[in-house]
Amino acid sequence: MTVLAEVAPAHTVARRASAIRSRSDPPLVRWAIIAVALLFLSLFLVLPLVVVFVQAFSHGVLPYLGALTHPDTIAAVRLTLIVAAISVSLNLVFGLVAAWAITKFEFPGKSFLITLIDLPFSISPVISGLVFVLLFGAQGYFGEYLIAHDIRIIFALPGIVLATVLVTFPFVARELIPLMKEQGTQDEEAAISLGASGLQTFFRVTLPNVKWALLYGVLLCNARAMGEFGAVSVVSGHIRGETNTMPLHIEILYNEYQLVAAFAVASVLALLALLTLISKTLLERYTRHA
Amino acid sequence: MTSSADIAGTIGPGRVSGARRFKGRQPSVIPGFGITLGLTLSWLALIVLIPLIGLFLKSAELGFSDFWSIVTSRRTLHALQISFGLALLAAVINLVFGTVIVWALARYDFPGRRIFDALIDIPFALPTAVAGISLTTLFAENGWIGRLLVPLGIKVAFTPLGILVALIFIGLPFVVRTVQPVLLDLEVELEEAAATLGATRWQIFSKVIVPVILPALLTGFALAFARAVGEYGSVIFIAGNLPNVSEIAPLLIVIRLSEFKYTDASAIAVVMLLLSFVLLFVINRLQQWSGTRISGG
Repeated sequence: MTVLAEVAPAHTVARRASAIRSRSDPPLVRWAIIAVALLFLSLFLVLPLVVVFVQAFSHGVLPYLGALTHPDTIAAVRLTLIVAAISVSLNLVFGLVAAWAITKFEFPGKSFLITLIDLPFSISPVISGLVFVLLFGAQGYFGEYLIAHDIRIIFALPGIVLATVLVTFPFVARELIPLMKEQGTQDEEAAISLGASGLQTFFRVTLPNVKWALLYGVLLCNARAMGEFGAVSVVSGHIRGETNTMPLHIEILYNEYQLVAAFAVASVLALLALLTLISKTLLERYTRHA
Repeated sequence: MTSSADIAGTIGPGRVSGARRFKGRQPSVIPGFGITLGLTLSWLALIVLIPLIGLFLKSAELGFSDFWSIVTSRRTLHALQISFGLALLAAVINLVFGTVIVWALARYDFPGRRIFDALIDIPFALPTAVAGISLTTLFAENGWIGRLLVPLGIKVAFTPLGILVALIFIGLPFVVRTVQPVLLDLEVELEEAAATLGATRWQIFSKVIVPVILPALLTGFALAFARAVGEYGSVIFIAGNLPNVSEIAPLLIVIRLSEFKYTDASAIAVVMLLLSFVLLFVINRLQQWSGTRISGG
């Protein structure tokens, strides 16, 4: 307050003082609110994260490394990477295509279309897996045909990918649509009128404009794809070394009381989550200043 | 992640202005309308719509009386009650503590504020299975927190209380991330004006701030609730999974599937979907009502 008084004329000081008074709470209230907030966050967010690493290293570094280099773990990591790579690419292309259609053109039923794209957010992961079992499972609609032609979808890679794609369906589109709507169509119209083709316009004008939002969407999509449990659990069949992704592998190890191994695999996913958060924070800070 | 805030806002029928409905799309020089919309609709149909229609058709194979007896069986009703009841309770708890946390993050400065702010998104990024085993370890009777609760006679892990803990964990960021931008954007002048007119701090909070952030609070509440209703991964480890005690509806679907009772599983899934759509629709209406109330519409 005294610093303000030295530099600002009296009436400004009075106004500032009332402004600060109107926004700042008494110290007791302030500290109580901060204490409650930090206690809640520590209890529900920080401790669970810490426990993962403490448990993973509870018997030292060697058992930890042993668990991570086990052939079943390596197979699970490989499958998780393959599934994430396929489903993130599919949703990346879909997100760009859908955002282009929705933001560059006016057509009836647009908001209903956006609602449908968001629909998977409000579907239980278990149901996202179930719907594909009903279609492609042994007793499903296409079950007999698939068995007759020896095509495996459920309890195999295609089923896991399908379930993951459904669960992560809205992620990229959701990040792109608001931004591209805000940016409008003038840039594209200018490029086209100067003789650029549609693809040239997309790659040289639109894509550079949305690259950070796209990266952000891909990041979140990837985190969910690698960590998806419920949907994948329903379609995977839990075949060790074959159809177990990392989250499913964690479940099996945990249920077999191999706690160090379970938490070791969990720590890899937790590290991935932390990396995602750090990149997200950096991205937000960077785009805010840009 | 903040953009997920709009999800609940868009649920409900699309609004198409009557004049434009029959005119089709507006002319544009930008190419690619047909192919991008075509691809979008085909992909949407293949991944989302056809599988969901398949689900509804499967449950329709049952006929009404069989369907009704499955969804009103004691075990199903109890599982639905656990999933919806605890999701609602968790969303209420997140609404209260989420508001406190947003307030602390948006208005005060304290050491570690930015780190805590970044950590809010942990439940979005941490796989649910990891959260599940970690919360179970924390709240088990020999865990760091569970140990402190034993003398008080409180058991968390392997009881419905454990389910509540998991649902609070996964729902928290929805409330915080929806309300945070609105509270940060709140104009100082509003509060100043109220203060000049002699309002107390509490009056400013309840009469000026709450009405402005109410639509965002409801959206955050709806998102946290919707996520918690269907949650599976973080819950099954901590729940104990006793039928009629701590069994959630998604787990019952998984159990019916493993017994190859596809139609039973789809009947429960259909009820879950319909119930959550109805609830989201109601919350969406509430949100519009609170929005028009402050804008004076």
